[in-house]
Amino acid sequence: MKKIKSLDDLRQMKKNLEQGMNIREKSDTPESLIQIRVAMATCGIAAGARGVMNTLIERIEKDKIPAIVTQGGCMGYCYAEPTIEVKIPGKDPVVFGNVDTAVANQIVDKYILNGELIDGVIPTNYQTINEKK
Amino acid sequence: MAQYKMHLLVCGGTGCRASQSDVIVKNLESSIKELGLSEEAQVVTTGCFGFCEKGPIVKVIPDNTFYTQVKPEDCEEIVREHVLKGRRVYRLLYEDPETQKHIEDSKHMGFYQKQLRIALRNCGFIDPENIDEYIARDGYAAIGNILAEMSPEQAIDIMKKSGLRGRGGGGFPTGIKWEIASKNKADQKYVVCNADEGDPGAFMDRSILEGDPHSVLEAMAICGYCIGASKGLIYIRAEYPLAIKRLQVAISQAREYGLLGDNILGTPFSFDVELKYGAGAFVCGEETALIHSMEGHRGEPTVKPPFPAEKGYLGKPTNVNNVETLANIPVIYLKGAEWFASIGTEKSKGTKVFALAGKINNVGLIEVPMGITLREVIYEIGGGIKGGKKFKAVQTGGPSGGCLTEKHLDTPIDFDNLLAAGSMMGSGGMIVMDEDDCMVSVAKFYLEFTVEESCGKCAPCRVGNKRLHEILEKICAGKGTEDDLEYLKNLSYVIKDTSLCGLGQTSPNPVLSTLEHFYDEYLAHVRERICIAGRCKALKLYTILPDKCTGCTACTRACPVGAITGEKRQPHVIDVDKCIRCGACYDKCKFTAIHVQ
Amino acid sequence: MEKIKLTIDNIEVEVQNGTTIYHAAKKIGIDIPVLCYMNLEHLNIENRPGGCRICVVEVEGRRNLAPSCSTNCTEGMVVKTHSLRVLNARKTVLELILSDHPTECLVCSSSGKCDLQSLAQKLGIREIHAVENAERSTYRKDCSPALNRDMDKCVMCRRCETICNDVQTVGALSAVNRGFMSVVAPAFEQDLIDSPCTFCGQCVAVCPTGALTPFDDTSKVLKALTDPSKTVIVQTAPAVRAALGEEFGLTPGTLVTGKMVAALRTLGFDKVFDTDFAADLTIMEEGTELLDRITRYLGGDKEVKLPILTSCCPAWVNFFEHNYPCMLDVPSTARSPQQMFGAIAKTYYADMLKIKREDLVVVSVMPCLAKKYECQRDEFKVDGNPDVDFSISTRELASLIKMANINFNNLPDEEFDSPMGESTGAAVIFGATGGVIEAAVRTAYELQTGLKLNKIDFEELRGLEGIRTATIDFNGTPIHIGIAHQLGNARKLLDGIRSGLYNFHAIEIMACPGGCIGGAGQPLHFGNSDVIKARFDAIYREDASKTLRKSHENPYIIKLYKEFLGHPMSEKAHHLLHTHYFEKNKI
Repeated sequence: MKKIKSLDDLRQMKKNLEQGMNIREKSDTPESLIQIRVAMATCGIAAGARGVMNTLIERIEKDKIPAIVTQGGCMGYCYAEPTIEVKIPGKDPVVFGNVDTAVANQIVDKYILNGELIDGVIPTNYQTINEKK
Repeated sequence: MAQYKMHLLVCGGTGCRASQSDVIVKNLESSIKELGLSEEAQVVTTGCFGFCEKGPIVKVIPDNTFYTQVKPEDCEEIVREHVLKGRRVYRLLYEDPETQKHIEDSKHMGFYQKQLRIALRNCGFIDPENIDEYIARDGYAAIGNILAEMSPEQAIDIMKKSGLRGRGGGGFPTGIKWEIASKNKADQKYVVCNADEGDPGAFMDRSILEGDPHSVLEAMAICGYCIGASKGLIYIRAEYPLAIKRLQVAISQAREYGLLGDNILGTPFSFDVELKYGAGAFVCGEETALIHSMEGHRGEPTVKPPFPAEKGYLGKPTNVNNVETLANIPVIYLKGAEWFASIGTEKSKGTKVFALAGKINNVGLIEVPMGITLREVIYEIGGGIKGGKKFKAVQTGGPSGGCLTEKHLDTPIDFDNLLAAGSMMGSGGMIVMDEDDCMVSVAKFYLEFTVEESCGKCAPCRVGNKRLHEILEKICAGKGTEDDLEYLKNLSYVIKDTSLCGLGQTSPNPVLSTLEHFYDEYLAHVRERICIAGRCKALKLYTILPDKCTGCTACTRACPVGAITGEKRQPHVIDVDKCIRCGACYDKCKFTAIHVQ
Repeated sequence: MEKIKLTIDNIEVEVQNGTTIYHAAKKIGIDIPVLCYMNLEHLNIENRPGGCRICVVEVEGRRNLAPSCSTNCTEGMVVKTHSLRVLNARKTVLELILSDHPTECLVCSSSGKCDLQSLAQKLGIREIHAVENAERSTYRKDCSPALNRDMDKCVMCRRCETICNDVQTVGALSAVNRGFMSVVAPAFEQDLIDSPCTFCGQCVAVCPTGALTPFDDTSKVLKALTDPSKTVIVQTAPAVRAALGEEFGLTPGTLVTGKMVAALRTLGFDKVFDTDFAADLTIMEEGTELLDRITRYLGGDKEVKLPILTSCCPAWVNFFEHNYPCMLDVPSTARSPQQMFGAIAKTYYADMLKIKREDLVVVSVMPCLAKKYECQRDEFKVDGNPDVDFSISTRELASLIKMANINFNNLPDEEFDSPMGESTGAAVIFGATGGVIEAAVRTAYELQTGLKLNKIDFEELRGLEGIRTATIDFNGTPIHIGIAHQLGNARKLLDGIRSGLYNFHAIEIMACPGGCIGGAGQPLHFGNSDVIKARFDAIYREDASKTLRKSHENPYIIKLYKEFLGHPMSEKAHHLLHTHYFEKNKI
């Protein structure tokens, strides 16, 4: 370890370090953030959910979007995997189906950043497994 | 710092460690490696989450899934299901005691909803053994800013404006304490952190030191700058090995970064911290006793004045602050005095950490804004009384405090209200009692503690508390008189009035407050010889229910003192005066005809 | 210094800033009762732990009562010293202390002079509220040859601790245990005999109760006196005659040498001798040793150990054996006068009487408790028979006199017996600080220079300051002398030598305040410097009244060397009159 010689050094160091902690900081105040949940059940993973998730996380970091990406279980739309759910504060959650990395970028550009819906939205009158007892 | 998509925070506090949380960390890590998830998930050992009732705790970030009572063998499942497949392991989730529903994430747990964590902000959040995580959360930014932008006077002014009061028991305004110490001129001054936490059941200081040691170190450095001290000492009880270890790690990391030592952050300010070990005597929480103990003398208090701010450690001006007080300080400088002063009540600002214990569902460590009511703490955060019993009293302030009752449930908690109600904030112990608790026995329990912990220097505390305890024992043994109650009161007042230090000046509080709020219970003990709660064995009243008694004579034969008489096949009678309350008849009776009151 | 005004019991009083309420009240004639508080004015030492809480008073605007002994006055303070609240608190606290104290006052050796007892009287305690069978803190009794510890009677006033640590720097006593079982004791609750205790007994002299008391040898002495097969002789130390009268109501400083001799004779001692005789003998040996070392030193002998330290004081001997084991070869090897007397008595005098040493009982009357320990040391026994059988204190002698219905003040003055009752003025001044070294100088000067002293009084060696230094001109050779009394001062002096601050040829050290006149076996003085001064003056008055004032002029000493010992430092003298020292553990 090397000595921190000035306040500027300390601030720079904090900047470098905070990325790693971002996920914890954000999860501490989830209600004020855009929550993106990627269905990561077997079917989802098989359909490429992990890649989608990575794309989303990278985009969020890059564009400094106040969002948090979490994993979810199967939403019951196995025919449309990978699926993701996006909840913008103050709005109803929206579920997108057949999301690949291209669609994921599209979701970010259009829906998250501009509030425009895109194709592939699945109606939201569902109940996830997680909400059952 | 590497970026992971998922963090698994495992409580590394003393409580959870005792239930093998260190093995849990190992198992989680190996499972993650096995499933090839090392790039995605990180396991972090953190400080205490406070929810000790259900430890060990594993919290999964980012979705805040809160696993309770995790066993080492559960780890593989957590990783396989949750990390890999995004499915929560339901059986490990916290179950709401009222609705019996599993609660998915900590944000929806009653225990956390009403809490506001300032002193505990980093506990259960960062890895206390990794200074980088502390820095990432603006650690050492407060001291950095102060050194760059403020004079000691300005920094003290902020502390005064924040309204922070000492969390160790006395509630003395921290800013004023600093100001006094800063004005006394000396070639050497000292900053002392009082980590001699001694109230039975209280463990907030330990948790802070285990979960966020750097906050305390940073605050000490800030204090050092303000009062003009270059040396800091942490007086910590040797019974806190984990806290000691974490502090040692933290001190050496801070030294390596130059955040402790000479010329901190390139400024002329130098400050270093050393640990001093105590043997865990309660009285050493009193600052003069603490200083004597640090000097290698017998841990006993001396008459104040002189206060430590004039003549403290080695005769030099010394500022003593408690751990929780210090933990509040860096964030006050980061967010501003106004922010802190906006929390709490008029005269008690900020939050207070309480150790919830006793007959309550959610035992643990909580931090709440001043001004919250006891009702909110007990019923919303604490989840109500265990087993659906009736609430009777809550004891706050440890052995120096008193008991509060039903009528105080809606009183906003702050320093002054608790004092007015005949108790005190103390260091934040909160023990809940239900209908099964005998208040005389409760007072006796606390006196037992003070008798044990009195240093023996002054006569009223040394002998007086012993006598108080003896009288309470006498009452619990069914031998008390109404005169005893009078003497109990007089003795309590004299001990309070004449004792040398805070220990003796407050030790009769449990007696006085129970005498005030539960006088009927005392009277029942001495007049009717009845313990309403049924706790005092000697006061159990045994009678025979005539309609149930078959006159089998089994009880007559069992009674060792011949207190039971009666004709064969006729209902028997117990002679109350002869009865020694041994319960032998109760055990022998096959017809549940013996009634115990 | 700044003055402040306050009101005590409706009386306005002006005091210096920094004055305690206790002293301010005293100034206007209000005597607030105290128990733990002790003021050793001449030592500038106050014991005020604020522990007994008897001296509490009510201060307007203060939440709780204030200990007046350790609370400073502030401007405008309003104090009540006897409000109902104060009296109730005071009585309740005293009752508490009494509830943890044995009720054997009738047979307690401190009865009648016990502060706790008088306090109970003063506050009118007539019953002790406490549960029946209330627990008492009890401790193992500790009997050492010099003093007894019965800590059941300890009230934790900490006076002994202050004396032992702050004044004497012996460090044998400190508070141990916690809470109800707190007590002052040696480390690990060892017995005193296993501790660094020097048996100076100053703790006994300040104990307000019967917790610390002298070991009582009076019954053994009485038994010996009534045993027809024994010849019982007594020696009296110089300091005794200057203080014994106080026990019989005489003013401090009254010399009662003649009455003391008469009383001892009445008590039945076969011969009444004087330790002063042995003091003259000590000077012959110690003076010769001093001269020898100085001569060798001045002659360039590098091996010689200087400064030479006196060795008359047994507490001091214990002190350096515990604390300065590396210096065991520095002090004079001469035995103390008490032991020289015993050695000569059980050889020379027993031969003269033609009796066996076992049949001769030597009793000493000493101002000292450490002497009780000293006479029990193995070095001073022959086949288990001690040179001095019993050592009793001045106070013990007084109680023997009272017990025997002797009207002390009406006794005629009588003379010591011969031969061991003859002494010079040089021996008398052994009883005061600086006296031993002055006596040694008187003899050494004449022996060294061959000149007769014009002026026998060496005023420069006298005084009551804790540490004194002087240089004596030995006809051209300056001899540097250091003097210390009280062990704390001794430590300072020795450390000063080690650090090179001082350079001396000879040093006298006495363990007690003022030397033996302030010994722990004397009538208690509680640090009253007037009492010590009066005794001090009496000693030098006695010296001045003597025709012979130099030890080497004592004709019986000259005769003793001629008939028995040969010459000073002879082989026989070495055997009988010198000793050696042992390293003792520090804890």
